[in-house]
Amino acid sequence: MALNTVTTSAECPECFGQIQLTEVVQNEIVQCAECGVDLEVVTLDPVALEVAPEEEEDWGE
Amino acid sequence: MTSAEKPRVGMLYSRVRAEEKLLLQAFDSRGIEVELLDDRQLVFDLTASGEGERTAGFDVIVERCINHSRALSSLQVLQGRGAATVNSAHVAETCGSKLLTTNALAQHAVPQPRTLVAYTPKSALEAIEEIGYPVVMKPAVGSWGRLLAKLNDRDAAEAVLEHKEILGTYHHSVFYIQEYIAKPERDIRSFVIGDETIAAIYRRSPHWITNTARGGEASGLPVDDELNAISQAAARAVGGGVVAVDLVEDPERGLLVLEVNYTMEFRNSITTTGVDIPQRVVDFTLDVAERGWDAANGRAEVVA
Repeated sequence: MALNTVTTSAECPECFGQIQLTEVVQNEIVQCAECGVDLEVVTLDPVALEVAPEEEEDWGE
Repeated sequence: MTSAEKPRVGMLYSRVRAEEKLLLQAFDSRGIEVELLDDRQLVFDLTASGEGERTAGFDVIVERCINHSRALSSLQVLQGRGAATVNSAHVAETCGSKLLTTNALAQHAVPQPRTLVAYTPKSALEAIEEIGYPVVMKPAVGSWGRLLAKLNDRDAAEAVLEHKEILGTYHHSVFYIQEYIAKPERDIRSFVIGDETIAAIYRRSPHWITNTARGGEASGLPVDDELNAISQAAARAVGGGVVAVDLVEDPERGLLVLEVNYTMEFRNSITTTGVDIPQRVVDFTLDVAERGWDAANGRAEVVA
C-alpha cells in the first residue's frame, strides 16, 4: 500500500503566504518560505496547516 | 508472525520531521504500511491489560517521540505489556539522562571525559575547581546543544550556578560538570545499529558547540577500527539498538564518548555518508519484530 501523500498549495496561517506542499504526509512539519514559521499538516483531506507546537524543555537530541 | 507475513508496524511520534518521513518512505518501499501513533492523542489505561488500545497488537513499535518524557513513559508501558519496541525502554532511559549514560559508559570502561555530579552550588563549585577551568556544565536531560555552558573562570561558574538555582526547575540543580576537551573545531557522530557501526560524520563548527541543530556542518568520514570499537562499546553500554554516538578527539587520549542518542536524527547524514540510514533502521526494526530485541542486537543474554 502506498504512503498517503498530498501535493498541493496552501495558505500559511501565520502570514497568509502561499506554501507549495509536495508529497506531504499527515503531521509532517513544513516551513513557510515567506515568514519562516514551522507548520504542521494537521489534515490531508482537506489539507490544513497549523503552527507547529513550541519546543519543550526535554525535546531533541 | 511468520516470515512470509508482513509485520504490523507502528510508529509512535510527536511530529513528522524529515527523519520520520524518511522512515515512513523506507517502510513503504518494503510494502509495509506503518500505523501512526500520535503521542498527543494517546491514552494508556495503566490499570488494564492494554488490549483494545490503539497501541495493541503490533509486531513492533518504532519510537520517534521528540519529548524524552513521553518516549520513555510510553516505552515503559508498552514493554511492560510485552510489546517489541525500537528502541527499548532501557536504552531510552539510559540515553535520555546524561548522568545515566556517563554511569553506563563508566561501568563498561568506555573512554569519556571526566565528569562529576553535584547537587548544591557550593559542592558544584568545588567539583568545577577540582576539574579545573574551563569546564562544561550540561543539563542532565535535554539536548540539541541547548543550555550548555562553558565556564572559563570562577566568576562565570558562580554566575551560572546562581542562575540555574534561582531560575531553573529543580532538575537544573543536578549539576553535571564535565572536563572541557579542546577538540579541533569538530566532533564526530557515529551511527550504530545492533552491533554494527554503519556510518559516521564529522560535525564542524568554529563554535565549541558543534550540533548540526546549532549550525555545525556535517561531512562523512570512514569508520576505522578505533571509531568502530568505541562506537560499538558505547552502544553496548547503553543497551544496543539504534543509536547515534557523539565523540570528541582528545589530542592525547584519542576518541572520547560525550553522549549517546536514542531517537537519532540523521537527515544530514545520508548524502554525506552514502549510507541509506533509514533502510538500515527498517532492517533492524523488522529483525526485532521477527527475532526479538536480543537476537537483533547479536546477543543471547537479556538486558532488562
